[in-house]
Amino acid sequence: MTKATTALSVSGLTKSFGRTRALDGLDLSVATGEVHGFLGPNGAGKSTTLRVLLGLLRADSGTATLLGGDPWHDAVALHRRLAYVPGDVELWPNLTGGEAIDLLARLRGGLDRRRRAELLERFDLDPTKKGRTYSKGNRQKVAIVAALASDAELLLLDEPTAGLDPLMEVVFQDVIQQAKDAGRTVLLSSHILAQVEKLCDRVSIVRLGRVVQSGTLGELRHLTRTTVEAETDRPVTGLEEIDGVHHVRRTDGRVHFAVDGPQLDRALRLLLDSGVRGLVSHPPTLEELMLRHYGDVLDAGGVTVDDGDVVGGTGTTPASGTPR
Amino acid sequence: MSAATAAAPRPAPASGRQARRGGHPLAGTYPLLRFALRRDRVRLPVWIGALTLTTVGTLSSFTTQYPDAADRRAAAGTMDSPAGLAMTGPGHYLDDYGHGAMMGHQMLGFVLVMVGLMSVLTVTRHTRTEEETGRAELVRAAAVGRHAQLTAALCAAALANAALGLLLAVGLGASGAEGVTWGGSLLYGAAHTAVGLVFAAVAGITAQVSQFSRGASGMALAAIGAAYALRAAGDVGNATLSWLSPIGWAQRTYVYVDDRWWPLLPALALAAAATAVAYRLSTRRDVGAGLRATRPGRPAASRALTHPLGFAVRLHRGTATGFGAGLLLLGMMYGSILGDAADMVEDIPELRDALREIGGASVTESFASTVMIVLAVVAAVYVVMAALRPQSEETSGRAEPLLATGLSRTRWAGTHLAVAMAGGTALLALSGLGFGAAGAAATGDGGLFLDLLLAPLAYAPALWVTVGVTAVLFGWLPRATAAAWALPVYAFVVGYLGTVLGFPDWTGDLSPFGYVPRLPAEEMRWTPVVALTALAAALVAFGLAGFRRRDLDTK
Repeated sequence: MTKATTALSVSGLTKSFGRTRALDGLDLSVATGEVHGFLGPNGAGKSTTLRVLLGLLRADSGTATLLGGDPWHDAVALHRRLAYVPGDVELWPNLTGGEAIDLLARLRGGLDRRRRAELLERFDLDPTKKGRTYSKGNRQKVAIVAALASDAELLLLDEPTAGLDPLMEVVFQDVIQQAKDAGRTVLLSSHILAQVEKLCDRVSIVRLGRVVQSGTLGELRHLTRTTVEAETDRPVTGLEEIDGVHHVRRTDGRVHFAVDGPQLDRALRLLLDSGVRGLVSHPPTLEELMLRHYGDVLDAGGVTVDDGDVVGGTGTTPASGTPR
Repeated sequence: MSAATAAAPRPAPASGRQARRGGHPLAGTYPLLRFALRRDRVRLPVWIGALTLTTVGTLSSFTTQYPDAADRRAAAGTMDSPAGLAMTGPGHYLDDYGHGAMMGHQMLGFVLVMVGLMSVLTVTRHTRTEEETGRAELVRAAAVGRHAQLTAALCAAALANAALGLLLAVGLGASGAEGVTWGGSLLYGAAHTAVGLVFAAVAGITAQVSQFSRGASGMALAAIGAAYALRAAGDVGNATLSWLSPIGWAQRTYVYVDDRWWPLLPALALAAAATAVAYRLSTRRDVGAGLRATRPGRPAASRALTHPLGFAVRLHRGTATGFGAGLLLLGMMYGSILGDAADMVEDIPELRDALREIGGASVTESFASTVMIVLAVVAAVYVVMAALRPQSEETSGRAEPLLATGLSRTRWAGTHLAVAMAGGTALLALSGLGFGAAGAAATGDGGLFLDLLLAPLAYAPALWVTVGVTAVLFGWLPRATAAAWALPVYAFVVGYLGTVLGFPDWTGDLSPFGYVPRLPAEEMRWTPVVALTALAAALVAFGLAGFRRRDLDTK
């Protein structure tokens, strides 16, 4: 990244709850003006990291700097410059959504009336309903509107679109794009790869309380690989020879593989030559990534992060076996 | 309920999960009842055990404390005052004051309030709480009839009350105390069951009316309070008032004295009628909705609401208003019998002299100072609820977004504690207003008004200490905050029951309420007031320091 200033940086953060180790030496760095994706399965430590950054939890060890301050000691001063959307928004049963938005935004230091009205309109949120009667998606909208209606330099968003329908997801992406254009820094925690891909400049992948990889989407090309599944008249040959095609599997008349973007054209030509009868292609899911690149989530009991199949440590190494 | 049970398909004993067709309104009641009992397998036995042990233990303490008839006659003499009767039960028990009669007179009314509490909380927990959390939707989506949940909740409460009645009958009957017969013990237990059924059914109604479990149990608890207040007023003054109260009916069985069963009949009739009303109301609403429809609210917040203090006030407003109305009424109720107290003493010169000797104060004054304890304890209950509010905000996840704004932890928790302190003080003033106004009117002594208005305020520092203790628990031992309830409970047991049952003096020194000068019977002393205030300030500061240091309890 070319930006010189760092909006937030975290190194060697650890935090345990009883016997559970939520953060295990987590490192993270986000530059000013960047939209940073914080990607990982549920329970990886994303929310805990955000809560440490907000001074709601105190880290056991490690350092964290946020907008040049200490998140624990300078909490209140820092909070005036940032906005937060929790992953699970709870509202006051007898307060209307509009009242909750105003409360949160004004306690932060101010509210842009025009922007508030515009956001309510865009998110199609009725501010006169009581908190008790909102659905999960609508509670989430209340927190999003409250966060975006103020002029915060930094947005900390913890799975902000959980519970939103696809239409609102599009609105959300558009609004975050606007925030980005306005020069705000965004840390977007998510377990939806597609969302991170659309919005983020850089991505950190977190697993079992550590960042296992961090970099631009270009650097993490395995994230943008396309998974292709095709049914052909004749067996497809020569796929393995293409540099950038991975994990080829063949089952009676079907072929299944992953391919890097630049090589997609060549791979598809091979398919066409074999007579395509059916074709499905999709970006890899987070589950696939976790299974394929970061060790099995399911056998977390026995296998450590740095086992053979795993892209080692933190850093910006491209995915295994795909040198540029 | 009764007609429907006959027609209900019998749940298959082994395969209760099998979906049953036909859509009978009671389908699934039996598994739901078992589920309710499974969920309450600790709670209900603790309630029942505690109430049984308290009752049986009190009987045994009576037998050791008042071994012969002369002791009991003396006890009856001290009870025979408006204050004594208001705190206990009707005076007819005093005519033949055996150990059994003492139980019916002194314990019955108090334990019945607890039985009502148990019934209300049980029914609300299995009805409205389930709907409010959305769990009822899951259950109702299964092969479960529309009345099954209410029926299961009422049955669970009924079983608990029946078990309590039976245990009490056995425990008391087996004691062999003087005047405690088996027949009387059976009636004593049955009175608990009957009154428990009434309040369970009342909670069945309020669970239909309010959309929130807090509102539902609040309304039902108000009904218990009203029943107790009516019997207190009736036992001192016009007996008709007692006949309007289920607790009054139970006390007028004159258990162990006359052993009348028939006053329990109106209780059973009321329970049946209230149950029918609850079923009727439940068919008039949707799942999750209350009978009171929700209206759209304000689209934007007022200036006051977005200030931390204004916001805290808003959150506390509902509870404080409810307690305020209750305390005003309670004060007026006690004030209105103040006249009877004076009249009664005029008639009995021996009593007048006896009471003068005890406290050096007039009967009216000593009665008033006992009332103050009751008023202060009710205000203390509010104060603990209010001081625990930050914790419920925290654990529900509502504090998290607030504390991620420019609001500091100290300010956030501090405003809640400030509202708790100011609210508790205002409640004392309101109760004094009711007591003073009604008392001055009843006695025709206008000078009393100011004395009685200001007297409860002497307890304000004790309330602040209660807030402080709660704050320390919240800041340093958030898992143990329930221990804060020990303060009002202890103050009640020692200050109110202790007076009746004759506890030793040192028991009062363990509670901040014990140090408060007992106005208006005693002179005002400023030292304890100043000391308690300083202690409260130190406790709050210490509690907030702890809260600043610890992790927020997040979901």
